Parts: sequence; structure tokens; C-alpha cells
Amino acid sequence: MNESQHLSSQFDEELGRLRTHVLQMGGMVETQVSSAIEAYSSGEVASVKSIVEADRKINDLEKAIDDDCAHVIAKRQPTASDLRLVLGISKIVTDLERAGDEAKKIAKGVRRIYEAGHLPAQYGIGIRHLAEAALSLVRQALDAFARLDVALAQSVIKADSDVDTEFKSIIRQLITHMMEDPRTITTSIEIISIARAIERIGDHAKNVAEQVVFIVEGRDIRHVKEQAK
Amino acid sequence: MQIHDNPTLKAEARNLNFYYGEAKALKNINMPIYDKKVTALIGPSGCGKSTYLRSFNRMHDLYPGNRYEGEIRFFPDNTNLLSPDVDPIEVRMRVGMVFQKPNPFPKSIYENVAYGLRVRGENNKRVLDDKVEQALKGGALWEEVKDRLNDLASNLSGGQQQRLCIARALATDPELLLFDEPTSALDPIATGAIEELVHELKKRVTILIVTHNMQQAARVSDYTAYMYLGEMIEFGKTDEIFIKPNDKRTEDYITGRMG
Repeated sequence: MNESQHLSSQFDEELGRLRTHVLQMGGMVETQVSSAIEAYSSGEVASVKSIVEADRKINDLEKAIDDDCAHVIAKRQPTASDLRLVLGISKIVTDLERAGDEAKKIAKGVRRIYEAGHLPAQYGIGIRHLAEAALSLVRQALDAFARLDVALAQSVIKADSDVDTEFKSIIRQLITHMMEDPRTITTSIEIISIARAIERIGDHAKNVAEQVVFIVEGRDIRHVKEQAK
Repeated sequence: MQIHDNPTLKAEARNLNFYYGEAKALKNINMPIYDKKVTALIGPSGCGKSTYLRSFNRMHDLYPGNRYEGEIRFFPDNTNLLSPDVDPIEVRMRVGMVFQKPNPFPKSIYENVAYGLRVRGENNKRVLDDKVEQALKGGALWEEVKDRLNDLASNLSGGQQQRLCIARALATDPELLLFDEPTSALDPIATGAIEELVHELKKRVTILIVTHNMQQAARVSDYTAYMYLGEMIEFGKTDEIFIKPNDKRTEDYITGRMG
């Protein structure tokens, strides 16, 4: 990644602003995910509303950043590392926005479980652990983007497969649970969709990390087998 | 996107040095020119790209004190274009050139295109008519001028004049066409017409183009070479150079970071 300055200081400012906005959006998504996890463990149903509201702001930011990307392309015709940065950012914000949507799904699921008079923490053994892992992936992916750190991005990509494995084992546990006691089915299904949302958040973090590798090295490692990355 | 074909060589610079008197303007250039492809030369002013381009039709021979070292091999016959045994007039029959500013001769449209053929000794009216029409069609100008071939070329617009110069260069069926910033004096519409024409022309002729307009290089060329201070810094597929150049100097230039 090229850190030296452009002849046009305005261009530098525009790219700098883009990066700052992505990090700002990332910070909001991170908070949203962690609040959703918090609601899950603590039963703070009140926070669900603020999570849903934050999602609206995240959506607006996604649109604004995409709009800025279009402007930079139209005005500056970026090439090489600048082009990769703008393209990468445009993809990253999509993933961040979707991670935010998943957080919203978690929050709404938590609310339904509580409103039905159950405590989700009772059922979802390991959910919290899974969620912490996914949240940490989001944080690291954003760090990797902020510092354009390929090594960190690659460790996020690797770690995502652990989240996937853990997700599958949680599903197996819940299936056993449902078979043993059919009264738990309704709640278990809610928890499965929460687990699914968490697993998707991990995937989005991985996608962000893949874009970081593209931005820095120009290699597109999406859909490439693990060893080749 | 990957280009999956295996291009054949049309020309190749080998250890090419060039001196304007004492001043060394080209430093050990090694570069392939692929057949029926467009190769763009980019780089800041004074980097040697025009000097390099002009070596291909021995234009430097016109001034005393200029000196070449090394070779430019021309295929399929493997002639060294720079060899003193090779007649520069012969070279210019095979290598056409279009300049920055349109430079039609003060003659009619028809005579501008027919000129090269007449120099070659072609005087048969039917052959000339036919070749002029073909060349003007090749230059995407035929439809606009077919009813006024005897008008003075200087009455054409700038963009038309430039296409006339391209037609004039095409008339002698060159194998390689050199373009030295062919659109820098034209408006965006005329520029678009020339770029479209370059795209058409590469079906039958190899093109080497010098341009200061990076987006133009990215749009029209298959290969791009970045030159700096008389050296060839990087040569590669245009798609790769503009997305992931290997050399930091190329990167700095194309992203506008060169101070």
C-alpha cells in the first residue's frame, strides 16, 4: 500500500475521509454486535430498541460511503492501490452493513425469547463464547483495515473456520436438546437462528479481511482454498 | 481479467541506447512489441518515450550527432531496424507515424492519402482511387469526405485532420503504426473517435502509442510500458499495470503521487 502523498492534497483528503468513515461505521457495527450479545446474556430487552435504531444509522453511513466512492471514481479515476482501496471499501461497507443486520436479528430473537418468558442463556450453551469469537473477528478485521495489516487479515480468515466449526457443534447440541425435550423446540429454533446470525457475522469479518489482502497486495483470495491464501 | 492468448512478437528492442550528442536519452531498453496489439508508452515529460517511439522509424537519423546503440528487431524477417545497412525510407514504408498535431500536407484530401503511394511509384488511377478509399475507410473518415475529396485538407476540423493523417499513414499498408500523443490537441469527442479507431486498427496493424493521458493508455492499450529518466521501469499487461503495478515508481506515477 502506498502511503506517500498525492500531488493533489484534496485527493489525499478524500481517500482519508473514506477510510475514517469506514472505521466509524465499523465501530458502530462492533458496538451493535456487542450490545446484541449483551442483551442475550443479560436479558436487557430495552437495549434491543437502540440496536435496531443503530442499524438505521449504519445503513445511512453505508449509502454515504458508497456515494463518496462513486464520487472519487468519477472525479479522480483512481488507479492501482487507490483503485483497490476504493473498490475494497465499497465491498467492505456492504459486509459491515450485513453484519449490522445480523446483530439486529440477534437482538430481535433475544426479545422474542424473553417475551415468551424464557431465558435464552439457559439453552444456548456456548453461544456466548461463539459470539465473543465472532466479535473479536470483527474487531481484528477492522484493525487489519485500519493498519492495512495483511498478516492480521490472514489470521482473521483462518480463525473464521474455527467459528464455523463451533457453530456446527452448537447446532448438534441443540438438536440433542430438542430430541430430549420437545417443549424446548420453539426456543431452540430461535437460538439456532441467533447462532446462525453470529456465524454469519464471522463470515462478514472474514470477507472484510479478504478485502484488506486485496487492497494491500492486489490478490483476490475470495473463494480460494485455505492453503492457497 | 486474464488475457489467455500467446502474442507473437512484432518487434523487440534489445539493449537499446540512444544519444542526443553527448546526452544519453535511452538507457538499455529491452522491450517486446506484440503483433496486432496496442502498446502504450507512459511516463513524465522528458522520460524518453517519444525518443524511443521515434527510434522505430529512424526519425533521429534526420539530425546529425544522434546515435543509436543496440537493436530494434523487426519480425517476422528479423531485420534490425537500426542497422546502417537498412534504408530508413524502407523502414518508414513499414512503420507509419501519426503526430501530436495533425499535419496534413497543403494539398487535397485525396492527394494527402495518395502521396505515399505516389512516392512509391504508384500512378495507376484505379489503384490509387481504390487505395485512397480503403485508407480513408480505415481512418474512419470516408463517409465524411467521400463527396469532397478534392477539397483542401486544411478545411477539415482538427479531429478530421488527425483521422486523415491516420488514413495517410495507413495507405502504404504499414505493419507498425506509431502514435505520438495523437489526441492531445483534440476535444473529447474527436479523442473518442480516434480511440475507437485504434481499437479497430489493431485487427490489422500493430500499434505503439505515446500518451500523457493515463486513462487513455488504460482504455486503448493491451500492454503498457512505464518509462522514467530514459529507462524502462516496468512493462506488463495494461490490466495488471493499472491495478497492481510491481514497481513503486510506476505506482507513484499512475496514482498521481510523483512530485
